[in-house]
Amino acid sequence: MEMHKAKRVEIIIEAIMERRLTDALIGSGVTGYTVLPVSGGSGRSGQWTREGQVSPASGMVSVICLVRPERLDGLLHAAFSVVERHIGVIDITDALVLRAERF
Amino acid sequence: MNEILTLARENLISPIILSFVLGLLAAWVRSDLSFPEAIARGMALYLLFAIGFKGGVGVAAHGTDARLAAALLAGIALSLVLPLLAFALLRSLSQVSIMDAAAVAGHYGSISIVTFLTASTLLTERGVAAEGYMVAVAAAMEAPAILSALWLAAWRGEGAEKPDAKAWREVLFNGSIVLLVGAFVIGWITGKDGLAQIDSFIVSPFKGVLCLFLLDMGLIAGRGLLNSRGILRPGLLVFAFLMPLVGAMLGLAAGLALGLSQGGVALMMVLCASASYIAAPAAMRVALPQANPALSLTLSLGLTFPFNLIFGIPLYLALTELIMRP
Repeated sequence: MEMHKAKRVEIIIEAIMERRLTDALIGSGVTGYTVLPVSGGSGRSGQWTREGQVSPASGMVSVICLVRPERLDGLLHAAFSVVERHIGVIDITDALVLRAERF
Repeated sequence: MNEILTLARENLISPIILSFVLGLLAAWVRSDLSFPEAIARGMALYLLFAIGFKGGVGVAAHGTDARLAAALLAGIALSLVLPLLAFALLRSLSQVSIMDAAAVAGHYGSISIVTFLTASTLLTERGVAAEGYMVAVAAAMEAPAILSALWLAAWRGEGAEKPDAKAWREVLFNGSIVLLVGAFVIGWITGKDGLAQIDSFIVSPFKGVLCLFLLDMGLIAGRGLLNSRGILRPGLLVFAFLMPLVGAMLGLAAGLALGLSQGGVALMMVLCASASYIAAPAAMRVALPQANPALSLTLSLGLTFPFNLIFGIPLYLALTELIMRP
């Protein structure tokens, strides 16, 4: 089966910034993304957990997108404009996809 | 003094307060007791709807007067002023940065709807009536403090992020405000007939749900405090316990000046004494991202919230009872 090179970008960001991030991603030409809940973690701002929380302020989400390598710079520029001043992590890994025309 | 202590002790021995204490203790002994997020949010939605609806029914039953508008305006003014006091007090007591102080100030100008819910329930238990429109005052006090916090950050030359239209929409129409005000309006329109249709849902189970919800809040507050011990300094501790008393005194003065009932004055004190940990934190994270969220939440949720629940509310109720008792 033919595989195509792609980049998998995972952005962990404060839940309150989710909409701003996904709007920026769409604006940069990303054709799709997946948002996953994050159950808890620890970082420079201390520990947190999703358990029992009633405020969106203390939660994080993970936004994952797969793009063709040539679209990576545009995506990162858009993502960084949102993440820059907020708590968050961006990581990029090489990936292989089956249907290149979708990315 | 003895009378205040007796009244405070009576208020403390309530399933509502004791449930919260249980949550705190469970967190401190590192129990694995926890509530799934969906259940916690479900309980919060239920409580907001119930308190909003009952407030609206109260207004429908007793009608409106000029005091309603005056109380709303006073609430907005207090929410604008309290952050300025909180900022000055915090900066004089500790070495926190201007951005952190502005964010904390925003939390203390806004209100804790859970503290309000608890105080309302304790007032009902004691048979003390309060104006139904205090629910609307609570909703009106959520957002203005955020303006003051942004002004403080900008005034002191720090790079606050100017909130865009999306940010304002999120603040003004956040879920808790929409539900609280919406339920209030439904209760106001439908009145006692509307209440009769759903009272088995929003009246009888209310206290039980509030107990469980406060148990969860106790767990969150206790665990937040355990995780943030490192950032707490003596000046911050003094601030977390002093600021609610300063706010309560302003609320007392405003309530008396407005001519509110004893219950209304007590609720105004509670609103001014409480600090937000639902609406304000989200707005502050968007507008002041450089501020440390752990500091604001530890002070508002980990210290001031338990202080108000265990000592503050009984004290405020006792004070109004002493001052306003016929």
